[in-house]
Amino acid sequence: MSEDAAQPVRARGLVKRYDEVLAVDHIDLNVHSGDVYGFLGPNGAGKTTTLRMALGLITPSEGTVELFGRDPMRYGARALEGVAGFVEAPRFYPYLTARKNLELLAALDGGGAAERIEEVLAVVELSPRAKHKVGGYSHGMRQRLGIAAALLRQPRLLILDEPATGLDPAGMRDMRALIRRLADEGITVLLSSHQLPEVQELCDRVAIVESGRVVYEGALADLRRQGGAGYRLRTTDDPRALSLMRTQAGIEHAIGGEHRLSFQAQEQDVGQLSLTLAAHGIGILALSPELATLEDLFFRLTEGDRGDGDGAGGPAADTEAVASDAARASSPATASSSNGTSEQAVEV
Amino acid sequence: MSSAALSPPAAVAPARAQRSRRPSTFTVYRWELRKLLAQVRTYLGLGLLTVLPVIFVVFESLHHQHDQHDNIFAAQITQSGLATPVLMLLFMSGFFIPVVAALVAGDIFSNEDGNGTLKTILTRSVDRGQVFAAKALAALTYAVVAVLVAATVATVAGVASWGFRSVRTYSGTLVSAPEALLLVFAANAAYLIPLFAVAAIGLMLSAATRNSAAAVVGTIGIVILLFIIAQIPGLEAIQPYLLTEQFQAWQGLLRTPTNWAPIAHSAWLCALYGVPSLLAGYLIFLRRDVAGG
Repeated sequence: MSEDAAQPVRARGLVKRYDEVLAVDHIDLNVHSGDVYGFLGPNGAGKTTTLRMALGLITPSEGTVELFGRDPMRYGARALEGVAGFVEAPRFYPYLTARKNLELLAALDGGGAAERIEEVLAVVELSPRAKHKVGGYSHGMRQRLGIAAALLRQPRLLILDEPATGLDPAGMRDMRALIRRLADEGITVLLSSHQLPEVQELCDRVAIVESGRVVYEGALADLRRQGGAGYRLRTTDDPRALSLMRTQAGIEHAIGGEHRLSFQAQEQDVGQLSLTLAAHGIGILALSPELATLEDLFFRLTEGDRGDGDGAGGPAADTEAVASDAARASSPATASSSNGTSEQAVEV
Repeated sequence: MSSAALSPPAAVAPARAQRSRRPSTFTVYRWELRKLLAQVRTYLGLGLLTVLPVIFVVFESLHHQHDQHDNIFAAQITQSGLATPVLMLLFMSGFFIPVVAALVAGDIFSNEDGNGTLKTILTRSVDRGQVFAAKALAALTYAVVAVLVAATVATVAGVASWGFRSVRTYSGTLVSAPEALLLVFAANAAYLIPLFAVAAIGLMLSAATRNSAAAVVGTIGIVILLFIIAQIPGLEAIQPYLLTEQFQAWQGLLRTPTNWAPIAHSAWLCALYGVPSLLAGYLIFLRRDVAGG
């Protein structure tokens, strides 16, 4: 496979141990060209460690990671051709101005990077502050400068670790818009984030990690479809309706909340339920399908048996079922590597 | 970021299958020097090496004692301004100049670790080996500049106070002022040999400890430890092999005929200290994880 046709990121059996601590436990990742790939997990799940290994900053204890077919451990800086981004907060020389920092980084990039400095400063709207020392910059300005520094490299793959952290709501919105537009330009984005709405808005594929292991990898749409095809219902007599639902074939996880009922069912069973309710003189005030939010699924996958299971998306599906169903529905490339994924999901 | 400015311009769009020209190690080195020039601490050491000769000359001008001096250059202090840089090298070579060199060498990797900027530069198009070479060269360049500044200030201050006159060397031979000037700078150049070894130790500790204070203090601590070992009775046999003993090897140049033996001895011995330190630092830097920041 030519290097350009190779996957932007391909990790196999990635492990990182720090003495007795297993920070990353046999992680497989498949970021395809054009993906906006969300890398999700709670604090300490191993996301940043994985990204550091991908960028060649730390050596894997086991396994390999390739960027466009090149392992940074073997190819060094050549593996980072066409790759840019930052892990944790982007860091700069506080005693240099923003422009000097970019000049330095452009010099270390070679090629025509220096000619793009003014343009990237304009993209992140730092041109008016380019003469100021970075030491006086706010967190948000540094994040934007981090994006500018990444864009200098004209990346085909952008690796961003929590790019919206510390930004105000307007800054977050603008950061998302920028990432969306960069993705539209054809840049593959690997986005590590705690911001679930951000991932839900931007990403088409995700990997969810928990305690150093991937508990789900695949299309976000598949995860949502498999994880939470539920319904919400309001009737003229909710207690009686709930009793009927619990005896109705095909209706699962029926629970009653304040002024609402929720359940999971196939479409034809929902039709049958409406007839049953009508036959018992119960009027339907509202009946709406609802996909589980990413937040629901995230907590089910990462907290599993610890979660209360009564999220807004309806009754908690069994974590094992969510992960394995979603894994089955994910892309062929994922399925080829999903042995580990689905096995891992069982253990959540 | 307004939405109007969010659209990445064409030049920022991904370059498909682009083969960028990789930067040379010289480019990285040039930027290491620019970073050094932008930091206050760089000037603190140079300031110290500027101030000390000036204080010395002012003090000697006001309070010079015409007593017997053990050192022939001390005896000539008011007779020729060219005795001053020799005395200053004698005075500063054991501690002050090594400290100044250690301040930069010991800080050059660990400072970037502390700031988190190491990951910034290591995710560009330069290899770790290039970064190490550039930083090592920058630290050695700083050592050269430190010695040059100290020698130049001492020479200018001495000549301004006591004239550009001939001077007697350790052998008692009178040498002309131009020749003495040449010898002064040759002696300083010879002093760079052990100083480079000190810088190499600082570089290794900086790469290994990732902590500026530990690396700088560690380097100075090693120098002090070697001085102490040299004073311990019964260990005279190992004295010629101590790095600190090489700090005075340059004096061989101020004899007639020139005594090259201590300089040659210093060269190979300092290589024994410096080369393994540099190699160890290189291997540590090449293999270590860049975490934190």
